[in-house]
Amino acid sequence: MARSADLQIEHLLRRAGFGARPDELENYRAMSLVQAVDTLVNYTLVPDTVDGHIGKPGYVGITSNGPFSPQSNIADARQRWLFRMVHSDRPLQEKMTLFWHNHFATGYNKIAGALGAPEATRYMAAKASEDPGHVRGQIEMLRDNALANFRDILLNIATDTAMLVWLDGRDNKKAKPQENFAREIMELFTMGVGHYTEPDVYAGARVFSGWNLQGAGAVNATARHQEFYYNPDQHETTAKTFSFPIYGDGSRTIPARAASQGMQDGIDLINALAGSRNTARYLAAKLYRFFVSELGDPDPAFVNHIATVYLQSRYDMKTVMREVLLSTQFLDSRAYFARYSWPVEFVVRALKDVGWTGFSLNSAVAAMGNMGQILFEPPDVAGWDAGQTWFSTGAMLARMNFAATLAANQRFNLAKSVKGYAQTPEALLSHLLGALATPTLDNAVVAELANYVRATGAWTGSDAQLQAKSAGLVHLIAGSPEYQFV
Amino acid sequence: MKVTRRTFVRGGVAAFTVTFAAPDFLCDLARAQGAHTRNLVVLYLGGGNDSLSMLVPYNDPSYYSRRPTIAVPAGRVLQIGSDSSRVALGLHPRLTDLKAIFDQGRLALVQRTGYNNQSRSHFQGTDIWSTADPNNSQGLGWLGRYLDSVPPPVNALVGWNTTGSMPHVLQAATVGVPAIADVRAYAFASPNVGNEAAVEKAAAVRICSHVPVDRPALAFVYGSSQGAFETLDRVAAVANYAPSVVYPNTGLGQALRAVAGGMAKAIGTKVFYVTTGGFDTHSAQNVNLINGSYYNLMATLNDALGAFYNDLKNQGLLDDTMLVTFSEFGRRISENGSAGTDHGAASVMMVMGGRVNGGLYGTAPVLNTDPANPTLENNAGDVHYETDFRSVYARVVDGWLGADSKSILGGDFRKATLTFI
Repeated sequence: MARSADLQIEHLLRRAGFGARPDELENYRAMSLVQAVDTLVNYTLVPDTVDGHIGKPGYVGITSNGPFSPQSNIADARQRWLFRMVHSDRPLQEKMTLFWHNHFATGYNKIAGALGAPEATRYMAAKASEDPGHVRGQIEMLRDNALANFRDILLNIATDTAMLVWLDGRDNKKAKPQENFAREIMELFTMGVGHYTEPDVYAGARVFSGWNLQGAGAVNATARHQEFYYNPDQHETTAKTFSFPIYGDGSRTIPARAASQGMQDGIDLINALAGSRNTARYLAAKLYRFFVSELGDPDPAFVNHIATVYLQSRYDMKTVMREVLLSTQFLDSRAYFARYSWPVEFVVRALKDVGWTGFSLNSAVAAMGNMGQILFEPPDVAGWDAGQTWFSTGAMLARMNFAATLAANQRFNLAKSVKGYAQTPEALLSHLLGALATPTLDNAVVAELANYVRATGAWTGSDAQLQAKSAGLVHLIAGSPEYQFV
Repeated sequence: MKVTRRTFVRGGVAAFTVTFAAPDFLCDLARAQGAHTRNLVVLYLGGGNDSLSMLVPYNDPSYYSRRPTIAVPAGRVLQIGSDSSRVALGLHPRLTDLKAIFDQGRLALVQRTGYNNQSRSHFQGTDIWSTADPNNSQGLGWLGRYLDSVPPPVNALVGWNTTGSMPHVLQAATVGVPAIADVRAYAFASPNVGNEAAVEKAAAVRICSHVPVDRPALAFVYGSSQGAFETLDRVAAVANYAPSVVYPNTGLGQALRAVAGGMAKAIGTKVFYVTTGGFDTHSAQNVNLINGSYYNLMATLNDALGAFYNDLKNQGLLDDTMLVTFSEFGRRISENGSAGTDHGAASVMMVMGGRVNGGLYGTAPVLNTDPANPTLENNAGDVHYETDFRSVYARVVDGWLGADSKSILGGDFRKATLTFI
């Protein structure tokens, strides 16, 4: 197959996934572009067996302080998610889960402060199938809805236990309604700043009054948990008027309702926000920056088109994402490597490119903290400040140092894998540049790398030399500025 | 919302020119000879500080009627006298060290700082305080603009950001500010050892000298690598700093410990940025409860600033230092139904340092609910600003940094009554 088709598939897998393992690349290279995109978006056709491989030989390792407990220990939950990013055969599902985690950015620490560490992990990351009370943590909800209807995602997030703690909805009482969730659902989750007024925030707080939490399951049993309930006694029942239309007829007022019927207020508002053209454009621009390019402002033609697709499909994210991945803007070769990688993207891609056997994800979790990204701990409800913000000097050092750690860990595997490709320093370099799939490097940079391979004595290709130089080269390449782009 | 921030590019080739500052021994020599430099520390209180719980108008009956469960009792505040409008004020009871600094005349409290039609959004609000521009909050940071104005050659450590990622306030056109969250982790590792590791590091340094100036996004990352290599050795010196006091083991405490180390080692930094979060107290604010949420915020603030102040005093660096705080907004005057407070408007800024003229600046809000009350806005729901926050910045720029506030801030915001420096 022509190299240009390969470049396109690699681009697709860097963006719609986290780069490509050798087996993934092999698999997708055999497909046409449309087949590849359809395979990615129709991921429910691919069995989801990845968690069953955790701890098995041949896969990246995990290190747990005690039995591996991703449903109650946040460090283990972080490792489980990274494991999925490396080994899942549903890469787009994991990528969209990350997108939504950043979009509905919820921080573990506040929840742990309110409910304790094991419970907070449960509400962030437990799988319903492993929880005695069938609690489905927020990330599992987002994963289940990764390409669902956006309106349904909004309703799910508005009734999510972790979110009700994070943005204080559990305390929203009718006497003096609480504005935190109402503000952020308009500012950050849907329309964006500038498209609502302060009185809209106050009205929204009243709309969601009574959207609280209650205990469920037998008291003192492990199944006991907090879950959403609509509390009619705490719902403020008078009419609420907004500056934007709530109903199809253009009406801006949610009518006064009996308390028993008051949950409909919130559903009406969520429907209005999901159907807003401002939401459509806000999401389209955000998808552009995440999937297409960070160089320059979002292309207005893309934003218009994707916003229209979003509205016409009645907010169906699967339809939207298929359109994004087949858009001319996405497929344009100028979009290749046009995004600053997030730390999690850098780490997972490096593992896929360099190798993982014998490497523990625990050391990746720690390193990612120094790079500025801790999963389940976004800095605030706006999510991570992506783009150049990732590339402070300290964070860049942390990336170079992760590359060093991984290269040191993989030195024996690397030396073995380059055998036969290392007759000369140039051959070794060219082989590793291919394996790490960097954009084309400037000649001056390639010359520095070649000089490095020659720097400490004549080339013999001995095992010791291959171990030192292939590890050193992997460190320099994965730590290079070019490799930080996806 | 953050389009410009994400796509913003440091301009020009100048940003990538290697700039070596004076070597360590020259810096030490200069200090030994009594040369002084002026340090500015900017502290961001993330989330919107409820200044009515920090600086309490304890004789205002409306303060108690509007905050039935979260007011600080009059008997518990640390009284610091009255302002020019004769409102009696007291600090939060946990701020004992700040009270002592206030009593020494080295802490200024500027009341009702903000701007007209203040944003209640965390993110827009932070952008506005960072750029000092309420009309276009997507440009460069005001500290970044100051750093751009420092005459060359610019020390690679002219700014020091103690957080992991670049805050908007430090974004500059030509100057890159290193982010050094943990001085001990700020080192370069290698998979090899000995000579092999040394040649590898040399290769890494040489690679990032080939800056592709025609590709600004890539060049930006080259600049980050360069900045890291230029600053590694001097930051390692800071890691050896032995403070004269024990700093609290909080993020803020440890960040200020590193700042003091940077000053003591005379690495040439002019602007340090530190932050502490958790001020978004919508519920269970627990102002009075030991280990309650706002009480803990005050503990973190007090203990870190107290240690910093005393350490600098012992090291003879206090007169060289000014610390200024900001937060994106104050909070609603009336408490909400969750025993917390929602987003509000004007707030209090603090200025601390050895040459600061301490005291109360500006006047406190009168908290009655009369919609015509001129000290309030939003139907008497929020505190209305009296001092434009840019006037505080202007005083800092003109009076401390010795630069021109009109060009840095893009206008004349000087206010004669702000005589804290």
